Amino acid sequence: MQFSEYWLRSFVDPPLTSAELAHSLTMGGLEVEALQSVAPAFTGVVVAHVLSVDMHPDADKLKLCRVDAGQGETLQIVCGAPNVAASMKVPCALAGAELPGIRIKAAKVRGVESFGMLCSARELGLPEDRSGLMVLPADAPVGEDIRAYLALDDKQLTLKLTPNRADCLSLKGVAREVGALTGAPVSLPAIAGTPVGIDKRRDVVLDAPAVCPRYCGRIVSGIDPKAATPDWMRTRLERSGLRSISAVVDVTNYVMLELGQPLHAFDNARLSGAVHVRYPRPGETLLLLNEQTVEPTADTALIADESRALALAGIMGGEESGISDATTELFLESAFFVPAAIAGKARAMGFSSDASYRFERGVDFAATREALERATQLVIEICGGVAGPVSEAVNRDHLPKREPVRLRVPRAEKILGIKLGGDVAARLFKGLDFHFVREGDNFIVTPPSHRFDIAIEEDLVEELARIHGYDNIPARMPQGSLAILPQEEESRSVWRVRRLLAARDYQEVVNYAFVDADWEKDFGANADPVVLANPIASQMGVMRSSLIGGLVANLATNLKRRVERVRVFETGRCFLRDDRREFPRDSKRDHIPGFLQPKRIAALAAGPAAPEQWGVSARRVDFFDAKADVEALLAPVVARFERLEHPALHPGRAASIIIDGKSAGLVGELHPQWVQKYELGSAPVVFELDLDTVLRLPLPRYVEVSRFPAVVRDLALVVAQDLPVRTLLDGLKVAAPAIVREVELFDVYHGKGIDPDKKSLAFRVVMQDTEKTLSDGEVDAAMVKMIEAAARKFAAKLRS
Amino acid sequence: MTNIEELISQARTEFAGVGDAAALEQAKARYLGKSGSLTELLKSLGKLPAEERKSAGAAINSAKEKIEAALEARRNDLRRAALESQLKAEALDITLPGRGLSSGGLHPVTRTLERIEALFRSIGFEVADGPEIEDDFHNFTALNTPENHPARSMHDTFYLENAPGLLLRTHTSPIQVRYMEAHKPPIRVIAPGRVYRVDSDATHSPMFHQVEGLWIDENVSFADLKGVFTDFLRNFFEKPDLRTRFRPSFFPFTEPSAEIDMSCVFCDEGGQPRGCRVCSHTGWLEIAGSGMVHPNVLRHVGIDSEKYIGFAFGMGPDRLTMLRYGVNDLRLFFDGDLRFLSQFR
Repeated sequence: MQFSEYWLRSFVDPPLTSAELAHSLTMGGLEVEALQSVAPAFTGVVVAHVLSVDMHPDADKLKLCRVDAGQGETLQIVCGAPNVAASMKVPCALAGAELPGIRIKAAKVRGVESFGMLCSARELGLPEDRSGLMVLPADAPVGEDIRAYLALDDKQLTLKLTPNRADCLSLKGVAREVGALTGAPVSLPAIAGTPVGIDKRRDVVLDAPAVCPRYCGRIVSGIDPKAATPDWMRTRLERSGLRSISAVVDVTNYVMLELGQPLHAFDNARLSGAVHVRYPRPGETLLLLNEQTVEPTADTALIADESRALALAGIMGGEESGISDATTELFLESAFFVPAAIAGKARAMGFSSDASYRFERGVDFAATREALERATQLVIEICGGVAGPVSEAVNRDHLPKREPVRLRVPRAEKILGIKLGGDVAARLFKGLDFHFVREGDNFIVTPPSHRFDIAIEEDLVEELARIHGYDNIPARMPQGSLAILPQEEESRSVWRVRRLLAARDYQEVVNYAFVDADWEKDFGANADPVVLANPIASQMGVMRSSLIGGLVANLATNLKRRVERVRVFETGRCFLRDDRREFPRDSKRDHIPGFLQPKRIAALAAGPAAPEQWGVSARRVDFFDAKADVEALLAPVVARFERLEHPALHPGRAASIIIDGKSAGLVGELHPQWVQKYELGSAPVVFELDLDTVLRLPLPRYVEVSRFPAVVRDLALVVAQDLPVRTLLDGLKVAAPAIVREVELFDVYHGKGIDPDKKSLAFRVVMQDTEKTLSDGEVDAAMVKMIEAAARKFAAKLRS
Repeated sequence: MTNIEELISQARTEFAGVGDAAALEQAKARYLGKSGSLTELLKSLGKLPAEERKSAGAAINSAKEKIEAALEARRNDLRRAALESQLKAEALDITLPGRGLSSGGLHPVTRTLERIEALFRSIGFEVADGPEIEDDFHNFTALNTPENHPARSMHDTFYLENAPGLLLRTHTSPIQVRYMEAHKPPIRVIAPGRVYRVDSDATHSPMFHQVEGLWIDENVSFADLKGVFTDFLRNFFEKPDLRTRFRPSFFPFTEPSAEIDMSCVFCDEGGQPRGCRVCSHTGWLEIAGSGMVHPNVLRHVGIDSEKYIGFAFGMGPDRLTMLRYGVNDLRLFFDGDLRFLSQFR
């Protein structure tokens, strides 16, 4: 909502500066988004009368003008504008004037003295379509300061209204609000009923009262189709952001801005019979004023005559029934359309209009006829003509109801946290022009017809707070009951996990949850991702089921920026389809049936394992670096790693991470085909884990520390090259007697002295008893047991 | 007996002349060894007359002590010198950089979220979470925003294909609904998370963050909302004189509703804003939406709206992060550029 400050002040004029007025509106809930001068600052420009125009003696394109600028003597002014002519009225910058960017002085122009400058609109910084001198009306008073004459000290206010305040989509509404906020008296233009001069009328029939419960229309006959919009109206419209179109259209727009009631003018000659508000017939189409042809949905009402559809009710007029520059007889419409019946309709058809914008938010249903009278009055004032009687159709059952709302002052005080008192409440309601009945601290308030946002007690509390001033409510720290927040020790916060990865040299990123469908196939093994109906771009069309795609994209981005060593991680939700019917009871609260939305944590490392530095030989990060990070992340929980086939990963360098017998994620080197496709240079390593699993943490349990010495023995076994170490270790642990506390791998060797298809594995075996010192015999027996088991199960030989 | 004195001074000179421990031990042998000079003197004691023996013996023993002392002193000197030369040889250029991994860091917005959580936990707020694929009921209807409500046009919502009624949550407010469905008042909770809107330009990202806050109890007022949020902002920005301004606004799920502005953290010192580009020369920054929870919202989750009242607020941690660290482009947060991100360690 944009409008001229002067226009507003013609209705209510509080003793405030423009900035104070804007602040008061903002703090009252009508946020002033912009407060702009209509013209830049300048001085010394007056209305002047051009008395004569002669050729400049020494220049073809310059003219010598004698000008009356009300200065007592005529001024000689050299002018280069092609449209300068004797007897015209123009703005004249006198010697000493300050214009935007220049200062005017008496000076010689090509040898002839000039005592000022005749101005174009552009030279004054004003918007104007025409070029050349700005031509003023013939009755402009000579010598008057142009700023006063054109009201150039006016300002343009732009309000950013919330959707509940449709009542302020008019000067009348804003004036009412300013009155309530500042206490200044409000005086609106008197609207006298125009005398009816002809009998000519059209019947109005409400066939769709649920959409239109009130319709007023009348004929205005014999208007001058060429009548010009008066300057005052044009200026007000332009300063409200509307262009002048024709006198009649301007009047309808003017009344809409003034009173908030959208109006429509039909060319009465193009109408036949009664006017109906009805639903469309099957297949019925309508050509709109914006040259769009629409086929309205069954619940969209039309304005129609007896032969055809004329307009989309409350949304936009039809092209064929609209007025033209030959129209001499109007049928003026002022109607009330129910907000819910208009809401969303224009948007669904792909446009918006001032009318639908207002109707879907709520227009005063008690002022329909008043607006029609106002428009009639202005049309006749400007275009002449005579008015016919008003045809008004009303269906009271469908008009909005204004049920009384109870307000208890103590309740309002409790909600706001201040002492208000009944008298203050009464004063505030009076200021708002709300009708009420008061019984002590109880008010029964009947909301006015222009307010569509007062239905419950809290709505009235907001009104009281708003007018009382939010600034007048103190800030106070609340009194709450104290209770210790639970701290679950068997889980850790996601912050600790984040910090842990950061400490291991990973940088956290936040990536979009919608990704390229290709990523889902390549990195998520997901051919059936969750698809967005209205993505922002096709490469952000599906929801991710894995965080890895985003991390790979981060790598590619950074490689392009010549960052070679990339270590990134992310925590976030992934999105998968879920076809299960039954859900665990405790997960139900946050569950959206048909979808799983697990939280994950994933990381990617690429490039050198360590930052480039002295004294450390460079090597690329590899599978075991990533595995170590996974182990550190999970510690003290120990996971098992099982070989994994996954389309994202190198088939020989990928593992599933198993915790408590279930897969909790994966780790591996990216498959070479993606390294090539995504131009990554060399293969990054990645891992991804279920976040809830990572956050779980067992409570420490004390195990007795033995007082007897431990015995340490080394064991080197030669086994088949392809025997997984884990398998061998498991076998050793099964065979080992209870005194064996630890078996740890400390060396892997293949090469000289070992068959090419074998490898040597060296283990450190720690043995200890809690009851006694171990004898050599017990130790030897334990070692033999393990060696025999290894030989039996894995054909392992002791390395000699 | 003059040769005893000579012997002592000779030993001292000799000890001082050796350069290492081995030579010193050899020199020692020459005086105190089996056939050392002093040992020889001791052996010759027997040849002296008995009356001289006692005093000669005492003189020899005293000489022996002196030579041993000289020997010990020299040993210490040599040890000290050896240590000194070892230390000298081992000296490093301590200006060389340390070795090993560097460290990464948290995302700047995550860092802000951690701060927000900690500040609100300190006054007893719990932290709640909820699904990002939401249903229409929790995202809109339960928040007093029925279909065709004009407020719905304020959100440009992402919908799922072939899943009517499901969407990507447009705000974190549905989390408060889910929390209230599961908990009885008093309720004190914040709900941080990612939210989605169909909007992408220099100042809008289709995915961004929000933090929702909710306090429901029998005696919680608008004045308390002002107090809590102002206190939060002052502590978040560590500016005890930061000012806030609550303006009437409209949200379907609060009544009364307020937009919260704070004094510009860049140009307002002591209540005198100089005006800057960040605050569009107004001295104020729009920072959050808030209000008293609408009774319809409480009713939807079965809380007695006559007995309980409360406030809710919602803020944008992305913007808070920009203001806190002076970041001027929202898009940097979601671009994964390590040159940017690594500044927040």
